[in-house]
Amino acid sequence: MKLLTCPLNGPRNIDEFQYLGPLRPDLAEGAADADWAAHLFRAENRPGPMVEWWRHTPSNTVFLAERHTLTDTILRTWLPGAKP
Amino acid sequence: MVLRLLKYGLSRGYPVTGDLPPTPDLRASYDVVIVGGGGHGLACAHHLAKYHGIRSVAVLEKGWLAGGNTARNTTTIRSNYMTMQSIAFYKEAVALYEGMSEELDFNVMFSQRGQLTLAHSEATLRAFHLRAETGRHMGIGIEVIGPDEVRARVPELNMDRGGALEIIGGLWHPDGGTARHDAVAWGYAREASRRGVEIHQRTAVTGFGVTGDRVTQVQTDRGVINAGAVLIACGGMNYDMALRAGVDLPIRCFPLQAMVTEPVKPWLHTLVSSVSLHTYLVQSSRGEVVIGGGSDPYQLYSTRSTLDLKEHLAEGAVHLFPFLRGLKVLRQWAGITDMTPDYSPIMGASPLDNLWLDCGWGTWGFKATPVAGKRMAECIATGRVPEVLAPFALSRFARFDLVNEMGATAASH
Ligand SMILES: Cc1cc2nc3c(=O)[nH]c(=O)nc-3n(C[C@H](O)[C@H](O)[C@H](O)COP(=O)(O)OP(=O)(O)OC[C@H]3O[C@@H](n4cnc5c(N)ncnc54)[C@H](O)[C@@H]3O)c2cc1C
Repeated sequence: MKLLTCPLNGPRNIDEFQYLGPLRPDLAEGAADADWAAHLFRAENRPGPMVEWWRHTPSNTVFLAERHTLTDTILRTWLPGAKP
Repeated sequence: MVLRLLKYGLSRGYPVTGDLPPTPDLRASYDVVIVGGGGHGLACAHHLAKYHGIRSVAVLEKGWLAGGNTARNTTTIRSNYMTMQSIAFYKEAVALYEGMSEELDFNVMFSQRGQLTLAHSEATLRAFHLRAETGRHMGIGIEVIGPDEVRARVPELNMDRGGALEIIGGLWHPDGGTARHDAVAWGYAREASRRGVEIHQRTAVTGFGVTGDRVTQVQTDRGVINAGAVLIACGGMNYDMALRAGVDLPIRCFPLQAMVTEPVKPWLHTLVSSVSLHTYLVQSSRGEVVIGGGSDPYQLYSTRSTLDLKEHLAEGAVHLFPFLRGLKVLRQWAGITDMTPDYSPIMGASPLDNLWLDCGWGTWGFKATPVAGKRMAECIATGRVPEVLAPFALSRFARFDLVNEMGATAASH
């Protein structure tokens, strides 16, 4: 099985993780409807490296990963707030 | 049809004709350039040539006809969706499939054997009642049936009485069926090319030249061409292709996997799917059991398969039909699907005047092949979006006016 490295628990089988989707930029206070629509419905989808949210389900650790969406290679993982 | 078949059967030497002429040189310009030689692009080309008299059409396909999702899909055709907008659209799709072999003079082996979706919980059953009422209102064949009728229709099903996955009812959709996927693509391709449409295989579109609000150039690996209008029908590559024209679609790509077993004698006479198990099955006319399910869990542009997903499919299939245990898997594969936030397609106008979208087909677009082709041709020929396509406009996202079909699509395609 494919392995994903949890920043807290080390390499684990990928079926222990839940995918939470691409990192989205924060929405500014008082954003217009169009910005809301883009924030909700558009997400990173270009072929190439992408930063995304994952959760290690048994330990409930939510973290970030950078993964290449053509090769499925996981480039690095880190806890939010920590330096990648 | 029957007479023609008889004549062919009795003719000396079975006259064989090539279905398609070889790929010609690219011309400098076409009235319409269609990017993507899957079922959708080819169906649109056919409708442009046959019903709108537009024959200066080039279909550009980077690989081979139907090599994208068209010949990777599990061929479920049905109209039992959730919303009235979708049902109206997919009902037209099913009707066009009913006449497709005649329309194309090509046997697409449409087999309308009905689809049975199983309920293992009261919550699912309630959702089925809603779908049945809406469907009946829209004039499709659909009803909720009890466990005895489920058993009567598919006696081999494991009803799991008293178990966690007990089958407590089903949604019976007699209009549902299957067709031969590559035949659909080749039938359209042959008819279109007979009327002068050029089909360019092994021709990849690499980008667009945009001036003001118009696409003026289509760049390919065989040279640059001009186009009066452009249709994007690239399946899994729709997001990437639209972005090359500066259009950022609300699409995320996920692989979808399927597999078939070795052939066994015919026993399964309907399509069967279980939402709870994320598994559906159909027996092909060759006797193989085609097994499909839900998408991969994370975004990816790859047609690699994973053992995890295949195990999951096998588990669901063997739960429903325990005697499948021990059958060998003959083939297994994946396709890249272009998923939208509401599990509905994006059809019609784009922010550019002469760029048209036939995108966001995700895991459910094979059934829509004829109607999308017909209606997109109408858009291109008249410059207007027909009413039946209006709900699927790209602009619906900015209006927060989504057509939510997740409940009717996620596991039954
Ligand atoms: C495993 C699986 C099961 C499915 N099951 C069902 C089902 O049961 N029922 C259902 O209705 N739908 C199903 N689908 C979805 C369905 O297959 C698709 O939505 C549908 O086939 C899309 O057709 P299309 O013609 O738009 O795209 P495609 O058939 O993918 O055609 C797009 C074409 O564009 C070409 N292309 C890409 N990039 C370029 C480029 N740069 N230049 C030129 N050409 C390019 C590709 O090579 C491809 O041939 C399933 C999909 C998969 C993967």
